Amino acid sequence: MTSPGFWRLVTVAAAVLALEALCRGGVIDPYTMIAPSQMALALLDMVRHADWFWADARYTFQNVAAAILLSIMLGFPIGLGIHALPRLRRVLNPVLLSYYSVPTFVFYPLLIVIFGIGPASLIVMGAMFGIVAMICATLAAIDRIPRVYNKVARVAGMSACETALRIQLPAATPHLFTGLKLAVAYSVIGVIAGEFILATAGLGRQLTLAYNEFDSPKMYGLILLILIAVAALNGVLQGLEARLYRRWYRS
Amino acid sequence: MKQRWSDYALLAAGLLALWQGAYYAVGAEALTPPLETARRLAALIAADGFWDHARATGIAFLYASVLALAGGMVMGVAIGASKMAHEIFAPILGTLYSIPKIMLYPVILLVFGLGLSAKVVFGAIHGFFPVALFTMGAIRNLPPVMLRTGRVLHLSWPSLARHIYLPACLPEIVTGLRIGFSTTLLGTLIGELFASSEGLGFLLSRAMESHNVPDIMALTLLLFLIATGANTIILAVEHRLQAHSG
Repeated sequence: MTSPGFWRLVTVAAAVLALEALCRGGVIDPYTMIAPSQMALALLDMVRHADWFWADARYTFQNVAAAILLSIMLGFPIGLGIHALPRLRRVLNPVLLSYYSVPTFVFYPLLIVIFGIGPASLIVMGAMFGIVAMICATLAAIDRIPRVYNKVARVAGMSACETALRIQLPAATPHLFTGLKLAVAYSVIGVIAGEFILATAGLGRQLTLAYNEFDSPKMYGLILLILIAVAALNGVLQGLEARLYRRWYRS
Repeated sequence: MKQRWSDYALLAAGLLALWQGAYYAVGAEALTPPLETARRLAALIAADGFWDHARATGIAFLYASVLALAGGMVMGVAIGASKMAHEIFAPILGTLYSIPKIMLYPVILLVFGLGLSAKVVFGAIHGFFPVALFTMGAIRNLPPVMLRTGRVLHLSWPSLARHIYLPACLPEIVTGLRIGFSTTLLGTLIGELFASSEGLGFLLSRAMESHNVPDIMALTLLLFLIATGANTIILAVEHRLQAHSG
């Protein structure tokens, strides 16, 4: 088996082993970084024994899920609305183009002042990161529907509703999915960054606590957990996206 | 899409109206209105020591940008040059790009200690991945017919790079650089927010701790203006390049 996937696995495994060797060999001292195997053990121990673990994990998970839902369910209709109004789109264009150049987290203190410390400000923070990716993807997806599809719908005498459901939505799906993927990644970053900066609970909050208490096993266990979770989520979404594109281009 | 000045005026008016409306809705404890924020910002800039903080942020941002842009482009070229390397490493880079890098902050602090180098490294890891991904994509998406033309003309490597790769990839690479710039700025500011005794991020974190809403608003406005200003300039360059090549 010499597929790219195999070599990718080999690369990651080699990097982990090298890190393990550097830590075990004393090149990296244990106060700076613990060996990957110890990180995994610390994570297992945390999942099994730490009394805070499930409550904080659920807190983060719920906030991330709410932020993703909010950015998709608001971003999609807002994108449709902006697309329907070309004048509005021209006015908003500079905002859409430069939105991600503004460090959004600078608004987090304001969100805390407005919504208080708690889930609401974290969810809004995550949704603020994710929503514009969804809006832009919705605009791009509609732009890219070939004009001939709409002509076919008109020739077939389809109603507007039927055209939207049976022609436009399927044609736009791959690009919409790309937006969804970005919205998910940005929402995760927004929520965890918010928890890390200032929060009363959540995995990001526990990470801050671990760092302040010089609790290396807990800190690296949490980092490993978040890395695995994000990589898994990303892998699933990338796989789904590849399948969608394949189906789209074949038909 | 051609932008007109009336569009920008409408946009600015809309944002200001939204801001003023939000102020009426949530009150003075949460927000300061636009005019007062602008005045507060002017006072901040005139205050003692402001320029020292601005310079500290500027220097860290400069170092971080150089590291991120140069490193990202080298990495992007190295991976983009081969189809196999691209298939192996592109998903790894994509995943690294999408992890919340803020959680690596404690690790960076442990490795580099408090001070300039931690800020610089933290800024650089934010900008590195988008630059690498865009450079890689630019090289991989090069139409094969261009390379074939180069081969037919028996171009040497330097002239192939100079006359085919560079002009064809430049627009997309500039897009990557623009995104890299802004994420580097983001990283540098986050670095200052947590463990720093100088810089604009430090000023913001101090205002946060003392719950000083006018200062938070004024600094947010300043960072917003810097970020959108830089972005607009690079965007203009990008449009010119694209018009040139398209």
